[in-house]
Amino acid sequence: MMPTDVPNTAGPSAAEESKRVDRREFLKKCGLAAPILLGVVRVPLLEAQDSYDPSEHLYGMGIDVNKCIGCGQCVAACKTENDVPLDSHHFNTWIERYFIRTDEEVEVDSPNGGLDGFPPKAFEGADIRRTFFVPKLCNHCAEAPCVQVCPVGATFTTEDGAVLVDDEYCIGCRYCIQACPYGARWLHPETHVAAKCTFCYHRLVDGLVPACVEVCPTGARLFGELEGRATPLARFMRFNDLQVLKPHLNTRPKVYYANLDGEVR
Amino acid sequence: MQGFIYPNEFELHWGILVVVYPYVTGLVAGAFILASLERVFNVKEVQPTYRLALLTALAFLLVAPLPLLAHLGHPLRSYEIFLTPNRQSAMAMFGFVYAWYLMVVLLLEIWFDYRKDLVLWYQSEKGWRRYLYYALTLGATDLSEKSLRFDDKVGRWITIIGIPSAFLLHGYVGFIFGSVKANPWWSSVLMPVVFLFSAIVSGIALVLIIYMISSMVRWKPVDMRCADKLAAFLFYAMAVDVSLEMLDFIHRLYESEESIGILTQLIESRLFTSLIVLQLVLGTLVPLLVLGLTSPALSKESVLKVPDELKRLIYLGAAILVQIGIFSIRYNVVIGGQLFSKSLRGLTVYKAELLGIEGLLMAGALLILPFIILWVLVKVLPPWTDAEAQLPASGEGGAGQPTGALP
Repeated sequence: MMPTDVPNTAGPSAAEESKRVDRREFLKKCGLAAPILLGVVRVPLLEAQDSYDPSEHLYGMGIDVNKCIGCGQCVAACKTENDVPLDSHHFNTWIERYFIRTDEEVEVDSPNGGLDGFPPKAFEGADIRRTFFVPKLCNHCAEAPCVQVCPVGATFTTEDGAVLVDDEYCIGCRYCIQACPYGARWLHPETHVAAKCTFCYHRLVDGLVPACVEVCPTGARLFGELEGRATPLARFMRFNDLQVLKPHLNTRPKVYYANLDGEVR
Repeated sequence: MQGFIYPNEFELHWGILVVVYPYVTGLVAGAFILASLERVFNVKEVQPTYRLALLTALAFLLVAPLPLLAHLGHPLRSYEIFLTPNRQSAMAMFGFVYAWYLMVVLLLEIWFDYRKDLVLWYQSEKGWRRYLYYALTLGATDLSEKSLRFDDKVGRWITIIGIPSAFLLHGYVGFIFGSVKANPWWSSVLMPVVFLFSAIVSGIALVLIIYMISSMVRWKPVDMRCADKLAAFLFYAMAVDVSLEMLDFIHRLYESEESIGILTQLIESRLFTSLIVLQLVLGTLVPLLVLGLTSPALSKESVLKVPDELKRLIYLGAAILVQIGIFSIRYNVVIGGQLFSKSLRGLTVYKAELLGIEGLLMAGALLILPFIILWVLVKVLPPWTDAEAQLPASGEGGAGQPTGALP
């Protein structure tokens, strides 16, 4: 602590004295609080580590469909963070908008992957019964078909559960793109290798969450440990009925949805 | 585009070259199985096409990996499939299945079958051809009865191994598609079997076409017993093939899984021409009908009596239609399987490019290349029964060659 008893040569009044001390105290407290405030912004969910050990982690994502407002921030953040081409048919993550009509017809769209949000849609005929947004991304399946089919093993599952592609090794046969039931993979138009969501692996190893999770304004996306820790994801998984996409294919996704409609494929 | 497709599905990833690949591989397997009919099952009538079928299989097999190579994003890394194959991957086995078939089955069988002729040609030819034939004998110039018997015996065994290998080669190609559970159009346990039988159909039809046209070019008469037998076998193979495909079709329709809606739309709109018109009507029903009526497939004498000349034309026309049909099958599988979204909510379109490494011209070139290779092979190793070198009278008898020059 800094000394507070400054020599009182000017002889101020008692009221002045107390006001001066208050200001000093305030600034001091601000100085102390600064690292904490910055820390909240910088490292919200994961533990920062000096040396990253993948065997100590198993990551997954939780998505609350009810919370997604289709703003497209996640799509934009992902494209920026991962250098995904900005055109309308290469996405690591995208948002789909569903309209379930009263006549049970289902209409789905995803203009530009939801990157620019969703323009209002005019309807003719039947009314809308319910409507919602569904963020999509690679499910980082535990039994990933893309990993199984890769002829050279360029696609692999990391110890901490992410499905990644080795750019230096991929031969560009695109069998993985065919094998992915979720349309989550694409061929990079410049490098000619398979590309996909990495859970922002470069951020994970620095103790950061994926970019899409970080920017989501409503907290629709949660990221963290799947096993045994008191993380927001663990709470999410405890208090929600969870679903995964296309469970009949037995790919065992690690992206879990809450409040997912049965019409979503 | 119609309905909803996932944004990443905008681009079709397996184009016309991946259609060419199973088509060419199927021709290899089919031609080889036809050749083995003569060798293992002793169908004497098709003997004039035995060597021709083997050379055809070789010419097409040499081209088979090229469309794949041209289609890769990084062709220069393709050797990694051999060095570090992912043993879980069906595609990783390609290199090994291919190498086994080329090295162990086809080249060996051709070599053992031609060895006697190679030695005799080496002895009778002059100039560079003499050296070429000597090189091809690999120094094994023994023409004793014992060694010729050995050639025959080994050749027979290789053919016996070759039949399951040919099944493996093309069944495996079918498996590559049939095992993709993400794709309801492909995912079927029948896929390898359907691929196999369509391969046999296409192989027989191709050899029939090449046999007829080569006879015409050489001004030699077509052996009608052989042509009749080929046409009959073509009919039988097609009957099995179409039954399997109908089984697959009815099974899907009856099970009526969640994908049935989009697959029905697919057939009715995007694949109508290539599946209903080309594959089913022109490529299957018309040839079946024509061959059933004119070939001796259903009875010893054909149902309709037609003069040989017309019959040859009919066979040739039917075989060409069959080729169009089989190519359509490959197209409908490979391209068709990518024309609907895995969200099962929409259809997309395939825009084939003309130029470029994955374009139509490239595909055309890769389909012509096997014929050029075959032409060279035929020049070096004449497969005609009348071109076969005969042993000097003293050495004849135990030659083990079931051949005699035809009239």
